[in-house]
Amino acid sequence: MAGVSAADLQDLTARPRLFGRRRAAAGGSRPPRERGDSTRSFVLTLIAIVGLALFLSPMLRSVVYAVKSTDQITQAGTPLWPADPVTFSYQGKELPLLLVPLPDGSIRQLALFEPGRKSSTFVDPAAPDAAPITWQGSWRTLDHIWQFAPHWENFAKVWDLIDYPRLLFNTLAIAIISTIGTLLSCTLVAYGFARFRFPGRSFLFTLLIATIFLPTAVTIIPTYTIFQKLGWVGTWLPLLVPTFFANAYDVFLMRQYFMTIPTEMDEAAAIDGAGPFRTLISVILPQAWPVVIAVAIFHLVYAWNDFFGPLIYLSSNPDIQTIALGLQRFNGVHYRDPGLIQAGTLMTLIIPVIAFLFTQRFFTRGIVITGVDK
Amino acid sequence: MTAPSAARSRSRPRFSGLAWRRARWGYVFIAPWIIGFLAFTALPMIATLAFTFTNVNLNQAEPLQFVGLRNYQTLVSDQRTWDSLAVTLKFALLALPVGVCLPFVVALLLHSRHLRGSGAFRVLFFLPYVVPFVAGVFVWQGMLSADTGWVNGLLKFLGISHPPDWLQDPTWIYPGLVIMGLWGIGGGMIIYLAGLKGIPSDLYEAAKIDGAGAFATLRHITIPMMSPVIFFTIVLGVVDVLQYFLVPLVLKNGTGEPGGSTNFFNLYLYQNFFTFQNMSYGATLAWLLFAISLGLTLLLFRSARHWVYYAGEAR
Repeated sequence: MAGVSAADLQDLTARPRLFGRRRAAAGGSRPPRERGDSTRSFVLTLIAIVGLALFLSPMLRSVVYAVKSTDQITQAGTPLWPADPVTFSYQGKELPLLLVPLPDGSIRQLALFEPGRKSSTFVDPAAPDAAPITWQGSWRTLDHIWQFAPHWENFAKVWDLIDYPRLLFNTLAIAIISTIGTLLSCTLVAYGFARFRFPGRSFLFTLLIATIFLPTAVTIIPTYTIFQKLGWVGTWLPLLVPTFFANAYDVFLMRQYFMTIPTEMDEAAAIDGAGPFRTLISVILPQAWPVVIAVAIFHLVYAWNDFFGPLIYLSSNPDIQTIALGLQRFNGVHYRDPGLIQAGTLMTLIIPVIAFLFTQRFFTRGIVITGVDK
Repeated sequence: MTAPSAARSRSRPRFSGLAWRRARWGYVFIAPWIIGFLAFTALPMIATLAFTFTNVNLNQAEPLQFVGLRNYQTLVSDQRTWDSLAVTLKFALLALPVGVCLPFVVALLLHSRHLRGSGAFRVLFFLPYVVPFVAGVFVWQGMLSADTGWVNGLLKFLGISHPPDWLQDPTWIYPGLVIMGLWGIGGGMIIYLAGLKGIPSDLYEAAKIDGAGAFATLRHITIPMMSPVIFFTIVLGVVDVLQYFLVPLVLKNGTGEPGGSTNFFNLYLYQNFFTFQNMSYGATLAWLLFAISLGLTLLLFRSARHWVYYAGEAR
């Protein structure tokens, strides 16, 4: 039942702004919405909602488990939500409250006083001074009464056990330094490929792109051996130094963007006596900041999530490890305690997720170029 | 080679003095990558190839020597190599179609003009892509657990009384791993979305005038126009799936459980490097992997001529 204006507004907000000049000129390809489409809209939107709910439900489960007590997780027949059994204080003891079906057909909440295999005695919380009630049957078949009780302390426990502040610092330091390296080197290389004609340029660019398709295994051992000879294994250097030598993905992304910037201003700057470096800094970069931000965010997420690099280079020294590696080590020790594992898992993923939500439009923009101009 | 312009009297046909000075700057700017390429790609690749003809290992007890094709002979007769290759292939046959098609379907849904709030859906479907994969493994490990997992909870609710034990059963482990990989669809999805946006709307208008239905439009316009992006996704997917091993490594600690079903090729390769420290044999496996990747990629590029449609020269 949406009016045309509301639908148009929706369409406007939904379509991400493209920053590639040629693309922007081409415009979006969505045909305009028509009247009488509301049934299709409803069905499609419903499908998307159900799909999304299924897709993100593991996250919800993780949150629920992170705040469950270990007792609840290991017991069968407990509620889906985090809960503790309700108890009743009787003669200085905490007795669990159970739902007991009595011979007269009524079901009452009674506190289990003396559990027995064949018969148990219960106390009525409403009348604790009355004589205990004896009930025939196995008390284990009875249902507990639960109250909502999130166990936030799981997060605090993980914070100490995993040494979260240190892992966070390590991860952040590695991510930031390697992002700086990536930005510096990829900007230079992309500028070289985008703005200068030199013999072998297209061959070298093809070679650069080809490295995307190269299996890591075919270079890892000599590289590892060199780092070991240099005494770098067990330090951050193997993760940081290579980022200062550019990588194919980010060079490609930046070059594609630089190509969309008109050369007139470069030429004007050159006439004014600006050298290539000056042109890059005062002409290209001020116009290219969206792609710089996109690459920075991509690389931060990549570095945050990287597992293999830290695994082979940092395993020997727990003090310098990243959060991804720390979580795996934590799982190796505490795998019997799913509540702690899920809490640790959430503490690992929360920062990239929040960072993404704040910067999501740059993600779309960054990839728009890669996809279309491939 | 002849100079395009007669005005140029210098011996170099394409580069005048000024152009050469510019060209030199070009090399200066790409120098970081050239150095990095030589140091971290080209030379290590050659060294890896050289390793395959020697007996290098990390603790080098016997003297380093040239062993000819011995590593390759071992390779041919090593049952574990072929078993692990079969594991990778089995997984790939399931993971690759899902990894190529599902992001496409989701992208089509998100691109539909009938969908309300597509901006929010786009963000939320992409979201799990930024989750560190180790965290993703632990989230899904719980989700797929036989008795406390919500997947089986849902299946039981739908009337399936004995749902599979996804991660402990040698048959169900592959679908299980594919489900675990679903959180990665964001990458492919967003590339497809970019491609869908690039399709000129007049094609759809023309199809509409010709009376084409939704399916015909998809079949004759969307898919052909998207074929370069689909091709790109398939090539990257093949290269990635051949290297797949980190998820089972974290999940099963590299044991290959259940029943050897997670002894992926790349796992065996890295075990040779880091566990058995047999660098030479590991290098031989690495080159085998490289050869397979390259072969499949070239095959795909060759097939592309028959089904990938590039609209116009300008692109």
